[in-house]
Amino acid sequence: MYTTELEDKNKKPAPREVLVAEDPAKLVAFEARVAADEFIEPKDWMPAAYRKTLVRQMSQHAHSEIVGMLPEGNWITRAPSLRRKAVLLAKVQDEGGHGLYLYAAAETLGTSREEMIEALHSGRAKYSTIFNYPTLTWADIGAIGWLVDGAAILNQVPLQRTSYGPYARAMVKICKEESFHQRQGFEIMTVLAGGSPEQRRMAQDALDRWWWPSLMMFGPPDDNSPNTAQSIRWRIKRETNDELRQKFVDVTVPQADAIGLKVPDPKLAWNEARGSYDFGPVDWEEFYAVVRGEGLVAKDRMKARVAAWEDGAWVREAATAHAAKHVVKAAAE
Amino acid sequence: MDRALSDYAMRLGDDSLILGQRLSEWCGHAPMLELDLSLANIGLDLVGQATHFLMLAGDADRLAFHRDVLDFKNCLLVEQPNGDFAQTIARQFLFSNWQELQLRELSGSANETLASIAAKAVKEVSYHARFANEWVVRLGDGTDESRARMVQALEWMWRFGDELFDVDAQLDPLIAERIAVDPRELRAEWEARVTKTLAQATLDVPVPRRGARGGRMGHHSEHLGHLLATMQFLPRAYPGTVW
Repeated sequence: MYTTELEDKNKKPAPREVLVAEDPAKLVAFEARVAADEFIEPKDWMPAAYRKTLVRQMSQHAHSEIVGMLPEGNWITRAPSLRRKAVLLAKVQDEGGHGLYLYAAAETLGTSREEMIEALHSGRAKYSTIFNYPTLTWADIGAIGWLVDGAAILNQVPLQRTSYGPYARAMVKICKEESFHQRQGFEIMTVLAGGSPEQRRMAQDALDRWWWPSLMMFGPPDDNSPNTAQSIRWRIKRETNDELRQKFVDVTVPQADAIGLKVPDPKLAWNEARGSYDFGPVDWEEFYAVVRGEGLVAKDRMKARVAAWEDGAWVREAATAHAAKHVVKAAAE
Repeated sequence: MDRALSDYAMRLGDDSLILGQRLSEWCGHAPMLELDLSLANIGLDLVGQATHFLMLAGDADRLAFHRDVLDFKNCLLVEQPNGDFAQTIARQFLFSNWQELQLRELSGSANETLASIAAKAVKEVSYHARFANEWVVRLGDGTDESRARMVQALEWMWRFGDELFDVDAQLDPLIAERIAVDPRELRAEWEARVTKTLAQATLDVPVPRRGARGGRMGHHSEHLGHLLATMQFLPRAYPGTVW
């Protein structure tokens, strides 16, 4: 899973002011390294705004992995065969693992996992809007793998060359697993699309509901994405939201055609001159509403995460207390 | 397929399947991310074992998704609800320590399929037992609250331990043919392992009580029916479909 820059469009980021305060010589040297595609490592000097953007993006990415376990976890107990159950368990376990690497990578920038989790639970930190939609039928598990992980792959492949070393290296491992996730999702959809009328209905309905939210995963259009230019300059991002969105449409439409499902966009048409599909406008009002926490199950998702954290506090305290006793015992021996 | 062997494979498979299903309920709700990963990992191992054992018994998916409670042969222990994390750990602690010994012996079974499934699974289960043992120690010898919860969890689960060592008329001939493990022979070693971990956790061994039994004959607690209603929903609601 991946989350792109998720800021309320009314909230203006202020990297320029921060930049002004940086040592100009250091900034020039930094930008030269980044432009030469060198990796920036945790101990290297970096502008405060670079650090801040990365902490925001990496922690959003980690949170998305963790919150993303919920919609799929919703179906693990109801997976319709032993194989599907095993595959989904493995997939959700991978996502938890991605969350762990990403938190660890973000911690190298000086923010602790606890701080990041606290920011999530208090609503200050965002996670991918896609997880605020419900998984209504088994076909949604197929759609998440196919579309959501498919979109994630397009977002993440360039991040293997992102300028911050720990993030780029985490992405290499994550990308390998995401491509397995995408394939299992498409396979679920293929089976359903070729199944009984009820199964075909589930598959089409899932595509109808997940298509537009998947396009929104690439973030606001370039002309309304205030952070994009700076992020590209610093090689935090390497392609714009609109470029990635177009790629996704071009890759995914033929896949839908191949399994006999219809993409829910009346304006969708092949453009011979561009060698790409033209597609209809994304409902950005819905996107911003979901970013603000108005997704159908947004409150359920946060309630579940906060409950897991609070109900588990005594377990974490016990582990800490036990470890502390052992340090004391070891010292006494 | 010999009916007795098929029944035995179902007992083994159902234990793993039902516990795997229970553990998968934790997904996304564990006390920390590392535990989400561990519980999912153990659940995944168990679902894998269940698949192999049920394939030996027949059509694995048919058996998993189209039997009702009376035909499930798992022990009562594994169907107990997750409760709080201490209850999940108490269940895992009693079960995995037993299952590890059972699979270790089963890897020498006269039935080659059983032996090979067991030989692979025992490696996984020795990790499950280590994980559960470590957490019993952390919770028992952690804070006052964790200790109280661990004591209460063991109190709840303890009565389901005896059933693990029962032998009945169906098992006798398979034991005689060295196909099945005689669980009675595992009891002393299991008790020694459990007692040792409880001592490390500074916990007392719960007082013996009359054991709860019936799972192997299909006489389950009320919890299993609800677990199956969830697990079997799709194949039951849309019969004759492939997923």
